[in-house]
Amino acid sequence: MKRHSNPLRHSREGENPALRYAQWIPAFAGMTRRVMFVLLMLLAAPLAAQDQMPPAPLAYKQLDDPALEAKAQGLMETLRCLKCQSQSIADSDAPMAGDMRHQVRTRIAAGEEPEAIRTWLVERYGDYVSYAPQNKPIMWPLFAAPLVILLLAVFLLRGRFRSAGKKETDNKVAGE
Amino acid sequence: MTGEAPKRSGLAIWLPLAVFGAFFALVIWGLYRPADREVASAFIGKPLPQFNLPAATEDRPGLSTAEMKAGKPRLLNVFASWCVPCAVEAPQLEALRQQGVEIDGVAIRDRSEDLNRFLATYGNPFARIGKDDLSEVQLGIGSSGVPETFVIDGKGVIRHQHIGEIRPEDVPMILEKLKEAQS
Repeated sequence: MKRHSNPLRHSREGENPALRYAQWIPAFAGMTRRVMFVLLMLLAAPLAAQDQMPPAPLAYKQLDDPALEAKAQGLMETLRCLKCQSQSIADSDAPMAGDMRHQVRTRIAAGEEPEAIRTWLVERYGDYVSYAPQNKPIMWPLFAAPLVILLLAVFLLRGRFRSAGKKETDNKVAGE
Repeated sequence: MTGEAPKRSGLAIWLPLAVFGAFFALVIWGLYRPADREVASAFIGKPLPQFNLPAATEDRPGLSTAEMKAGKPRLLNVFASWCVPCAVEAPQLEALRQQGVEIDGVAIRDRSEDLNRFLATYGNPFARIGKDDLSEVQLGIGSSGVPETFVIDGKGVIRHQHIGEIRPEDVPMILEKLKEAQS
């Protein structure tokens, strides 16, 4: 058991500290190798899963017409990147997000409305692909929650207000 | 203080703790339940969109919607040479091919030299391979990554989506889905 106590935290008098640290070295070296291996594996995985193709033509190139580009940008900021799920496709450098931006810009340039493109994607990936809140029955608990909490707070505190008011009048009566 | 007020607040005083306890339990439950990061296609049961992909390799033709309506159920495998799990599922695709399943491939953002090397190494179970450099077909069928395998019935309707690599234990399920797609 003594051998396994951490020399960094448990120092005992009368011992040669160098000897105590020395017994840790082989184990530590083994661990370093393991840690290095894991780190290298982590480095290797993303590299292996990256394609070599250049980005889609309109992935990083804005549309020439500023009005159309603004339309496309507005839509891209509210579409979820499916590879990096907490980013919008406007924020992400994932190749698939680039392909989605290309798709959006191509369709906007062809005269399609942003909401039609959103509908097209929702048909394929579900509501999950869109960040824009929708007016659906399932959303009502979310919108109603603040109101319900406020009413609940008033209900719970009404006794407090009443007794405080009462105490005040009591004090007034007592003071007079 | 009146006699009535403390009795009522005596019960109410536990309410915040109860709410906190419920919230804490919810957080713990959320922590221990691994989140599902897969995005399932919402396009199951719908016909394949119109596409016409050029051939990705020299020895296999390209892929168009018309060829996917051949009257017999088939698999549409979305893959890429740069995708590691795609190599893992190669033996299972080969096993399916040997059982008479026709498999078409869509190669996502792939260079032909990489693709040829991949097929030479891990086998080529595909009848056709379409080249999808802009992920157009992938977006068109609601696929969000590689590899994904779709069961397409004889009329070109998507009947099933398998996300991730096909493991040996998945093969009977895939065959079952193909059989279901026949009806």
